[in-house]
Amino acid sequence: MAKFTTLTSHVVPLPAENVDTDQIIPARFLKVIDKDGLGDSLFCDWRYLKDGSDNPDFVLNEAASQGAQILIAGNNFGSGSSREHAPWALVGWGFRAIISTGFADIFKSNSLKNGLLPVEVSADVYKALMEAVQLDRSTKITIDLPTQSVTGLDGLEATFPIDAFSKHCLLEGIDQLGYLLSFDEQITGYEQQRR
Amino acid sequence: MSIMEPRTLFQKVWDDHVVVQEPDRPAVLYIDLQLIHEVTSPQAFTGLRERGLKVRRPDKTIATMDHSTPTLPKALWVIDDQAKAQLGQLESNCEEFGVELFALGDSRNGIVHIIGPERGFTQPGKTIVCGDSHTSTHGAFGALAFGIGTSEVEHVLATQCLLQRKAKTLEVRVDGQLMPGVTAKDLILALCAEIGTGGGTGYVIEFTGSAIRGLDMEGRMTVCNMSIEAGARAGMIAPDETTFEYLKGRERVPQGADWDAAVERWSQLCTDEGATFDKTVVIDANKLEPMITYGTNPGMGIQIGEPMPTANSFDDSSQQAAFAKAMGYMGLEPGQPLLGKKIDVVFIGSCTNSRISDLRMAAGVFSGRKVADGVRTLVVPGSHDIKKQAESEGLDQIFKEAGAEWREPGCSMCIAMNGDNLEPGQYAVSTSNRNFEGRQGKGGRTFLASPLTAAAAAITGEVTDPRSLLLS
Repeated sequence: MAKFTTLTSHVVPLPAENVDTDQIIPARFLKVIDKDGLGDSLFCDWRYLKDGSDNPDFVLNEAASQGAQILIAGNNFGSGSSREHAPWALVGWGFRAIISTGFADIFKSNSLKNGLLPVEVSADVYKALMEAVQLDRSTKITIDLPTQSVTGLDGLEATFPIDAFSKHCLLEGIDQLGYLLSFDEQITGYEQQRR
Repeated sequence: MSIMEPRTLFQKVWDDHVVVQEPDRPAVLYIDLQLIHEVTSPQAFTGLRERGLKVRRPDKTIATMDHSTPTLPKALWVIDDQAKAQLGQLESNCEEFGVELFALGDSRNGIVHIIGPERGFTQPGKTIVCGDSHTSTHGAFGALAFGIGTSEVEHVLATQCLLQRKAKTLEVRVDGQLMPGVTAKDLILALCAEIGTGGGTGYVIEFTGSAIRGLDMEGRMTVCNMSIEAGARAGMIAPDETTFEYLKGRERVPQGADWDAAVERWSQLCTDEGATFDKTVVIDANKLEPMITYGTNPGMGIQIGEPMPTANSFDDSSQQAAFAKAMGYMGLEPGQPLLGKKIDVVFIGSCTNSRISDLRMAAGVFSGRKVADGVRTLVVPGSHDIKKQAESEGLDQIFKEAGAEWREPGCSMCIAMNGDNLEPGQYAVSTSNRNFEGRQGKGGRTFLASPLTAAAAAITGEVTDPRSLLLS
């Protein structure tokens, strides 16, 4: 997994609530057997017109969005299906962090395993960031994982929660399966005791 | 913690499965059963191969094909190349790693959350996972069951364990009894409407109360299935006589003396008196009505006779914006009734409502009636066992004579990645679990409801209170 320490980037604003994983990546794109190339289908049904051309009204297609690594979106982001294709598609497009007031449980867990940082902020901080980013699309925000802070706006000092283990894994780029495998002996012991 | 301290059902199953708990680390939680399907497993098996790992416990792993499989009769199967490759991949992965697979065409094949309980793999007190959010279904048996991503599928394949943080507990107590024409589906849609699609985030739900006790196992599965639509990864119901009666004699449950011992053990799986939940929501079943959704998430639901909300029904501007966006997508007028709205398609199926009791309910409405002109109706059983059972009861004849299509088992139009889908702009009354934009086909518009309400809409061609057909 790619390490995450500090990220400074301009931001894509998506002020919609309850963005579900079917919007992030529709089910018809789930017939793949690898993880690559899903970035092209990210937000597909909002992003492309019927004839397959870019929808000029969708934020991801705006010139100001290109190269952004941070997405800011409304509450309850990532609800619905457990498809890890959702974070794969977001990372595939280039995002490394998502700011919201809340994330669905499975989406959050999947994101943390793909170097995609869910940044949960208060409603006030969300509002301030969203307004600033919408007003000036060149606004740059810094997300610092060691201090768990979001900075970049005058007067804004926000922090976000993350459990110690996930933070450690992101900072070091540690893959969780390796950690789990280190408990082989205890797992065998548990299995024998339950038999 | 003293051993005498009262515990919730969730706490008991959790405690039973913690292999290691280091400070400031998630627990290493043992998983008793992993269910696998074609869509969320290929990359997990690839991961194992790349690391040179084996499946630790093939005997605790079961695979099926359901999401991208066609539901037309075999002669008419159309499977696109990508889906074919994915199904082939599951087949070769299962063979290589020694996992039991109920492949397409196998008489034991069906939707993953249907066949687990049906064959008796699902049992009280087990931890059960699958790369599918509706794994919450299995909690109806007092199992701790939840959906996981593909990385975690790989973790469980390799170690039979997951790294988990303990969830908070939410008691949903449903007092009273459901009235005629009001079903388990209406109950869970009412909960989604009450707490919203994020209301259960961070919680495991335990459903308690007389209305839950009064449900049969299939109704309980419908309720737990949609816990995730209220944001909760898992929903649980303490096992009781209804549970044991359902499980007894099933293929993979213990038999003879082992059965008696299992029932004794399972009978301990209840929330102790004095145990506390982090939060409680109370619902009065006597006051529930048939429910239907009008919007683009399962929390946007109303009692079927009510008008739809207006922007003023919502407190804050972002909710108002979400409501306006949903109404725009659905092509509906705020404040208007949904009753009488013309529909194009009815879908009866999915892991929420494709069991025999769901089909019996629908058949009761279809019996002696015809599907309205211009309405396409699909009835899709959840498994081959259910299909066989329905056919032995003559339900297939009732559906066909009414003018509905009787299909082969699969996820079908719930996920629309298998040839069954809505056309852009079409309205459907669907017994499935998600009304997200495009969920049943790009541009399709979904009203979620019970099998009774879906069947009633098929007959009249419009959104209809099913009780008007049940009484006549």
